[in-house]
Amino acid sequence: MKVIVPVKRVIDYNVKARVKADQSGVDLANVKMSMNPFDEIGVEEAIRLKEKGKASEIIAVSIGPAQASETIRTALAMGADRGILVKTDGEVEPLAVAKILKAICEAEQPGLVITGKQAIDDDSNQTGQMLAALLGWPQATFAHKLEMGDGKADVEREIDGGLQTIEVKLPAVVTTDLRLNEPRYASLPNIMKAKKKPIDEKTPADYGVDVTPRLKVLKVTEPPKRTAGIKVKTAAELVDKLKEAGAF
Amino acid sequence: MASLVIAEHDGKTLKDATAKTVTAAAQISSPVHVLVAGSGIGAVAEAAAKLAGVEKVLAADDAIYARMVAEPMQALILSLADKYDAILAPATTSGKNVMPRVAAMLDTPQISEILKVVSPDTFERPIYAGNAIATVQAPAGKKVITVRTTAFKAGEGAGSAAVESVNAAGDPGLSKFVSEELSKSERPELTSARIVISGGRGMQSGENFHLLDKIADKLHAAVGASRAAVDAGFVPNDYQVGQTGKVVAPELYIAVGISGAIQHLAGMKDSKIIAAINKDEEAPIFQVADFGLVADLFKALPEMEQELTRLGY
Repeated sequence: MKVIVPVKRVIDYNVKARVKADQSGVDLANVKMSMNPFDEIGVEEAIRLKEKGKASEIIAVSIGPAQASETIRTALAMGADRGILVKTDGEVEPLAVAKILKAICEAEQPGLVITGKQAIDDDSNQTGQMLAALLGWPQATFAHKLEMGDGKADVEREIDGGLQTIEVKLPAVVTTDLRLNEPRYASLPNIMKAKKKPIDEKTPADYGVDVTPRLKVLKVTEPPKRTAGIKVKTAAELVDKLKEAGAF
Repeated sequence: MASLVIAEHDGKTLKDATAKTVTAAAQISSPVHVLVAGSGIGAVAEAAAKLAGVEKVLAADDAIYARMVAEPMQALILSLADKYDAILAPATTSGKNVMPRVAAMLDTPQISEILKVVSPDTFERPIYAGNAIATVQAPAGKKVITVRTTAFKAGEGAGSAAVESVNAAGDPGLSKFVSEELSKSERPELTSARIVISGGRGMQSGENFHLLDKIADKLHAAVGASRAAVDAGFVPNDYQVGQTGKVVAPELYIAVGISGAIQHLAGMKDSKIIAAINKDEEAPIFQVADFGLVADLFKALPEMEQELTRLGY
């Protein structure tokens, strides 16, 4: 069974995003970029499936600028087998990403697609679900635990009230939540080996997908700021101040 | 035309998030209809009919909707979509699960977690873990939206909408519910509680959360946690407050032993009053706290409890 892992190049999770002065977006010039952390969890899960003999080949797909090939290399160094880079300029919305991934799935016929539940830049939380719908496949979002069965998978999901387990028929789309696994670091030998692994370069036109954004971003602004208040000396004083402020 | 709100419920009670989503829907397209999908949901549909600003409740009562599994829900919502120019759901795990499927099949971009309706086609939404707010304009056509419910107030007064049954739209049979492990608590829910007290890595263990429980009991507060505390296994995932967990905006948020990582702040910085207890005076949580106490939480929490008792709580 092939597994496809979409990987997005995003601002590194340790970097605080800064809004551009002209309100046109977030300043990404000279900012450290990394693989979306949820996608990293997806890559790790795919590798674990391969190590358990449940997956035969792992294909890392990235849709983005030329530098997204570095993100694919990271996935290859972790243990993915090959990459597909779909080169684009500018932002690509989740629906367009899902359409490209659908075309790739039709060509590659994977048994499973594992995506991050959301990317930490646009925080959309849409791509996996949209891909599943377009393919007419089942989905298991916010995965906490994945058990592969025969032609099906049991997925424990993180939901608002706790945990829920569902069974999905394969092929399926799984989206990762934080506690599915802890991604490994690539070893130096594996980083060297990854340089020889193939990456196919494509364009959205190869898949017949128009990636022109449909939502118009009118402006991007700073959120309202909070300022630090006062320090109190004792826990009793804290309670008294909160009561005075009408907090309870 | 009209807008359709997908009700959030647990089969027995209608969640507060529904009323808040109705408020957002009314600012986009009126009248507002509410879809209640589930199994044996008569009481939930009645409760939805009483919400202010709701014209009609559509009740889809069928076993296939009992757990609001994504694929049958997609089919149901799409079977009704023709009559609406906006379809909204609260940005809960169930709303986030199904709405992108609906958007994809309608070939329209979804607008996730709106904070504000600027005009019927223009919305504010958070990006980069809430470090930036994007104002986006939707293209002409149907809108599919999830709503960050802490940003909207439930309407006042009561309504008396008609409840109409709608046919089930079939089960594609792609997935099925197996089991659920829900946290049981007598306390209010995190996302709708007036007061939230959360613990972080500084709590050191799950057992130590009982120190928070005691205060929560006195204040009728919900108990939450930072990602670090959940990752460390102190408490279950449904306690997590933060960008990728639950977003809360209570009247009072008390952060205990939480340093204040960006992703945690994203989940609670819209709280009206923030209090923080941390032994590290450099902790970033103090930069957003209205009241900060630099102290050992194992001393401070029992003292807080005592003071509350003294004040009659």
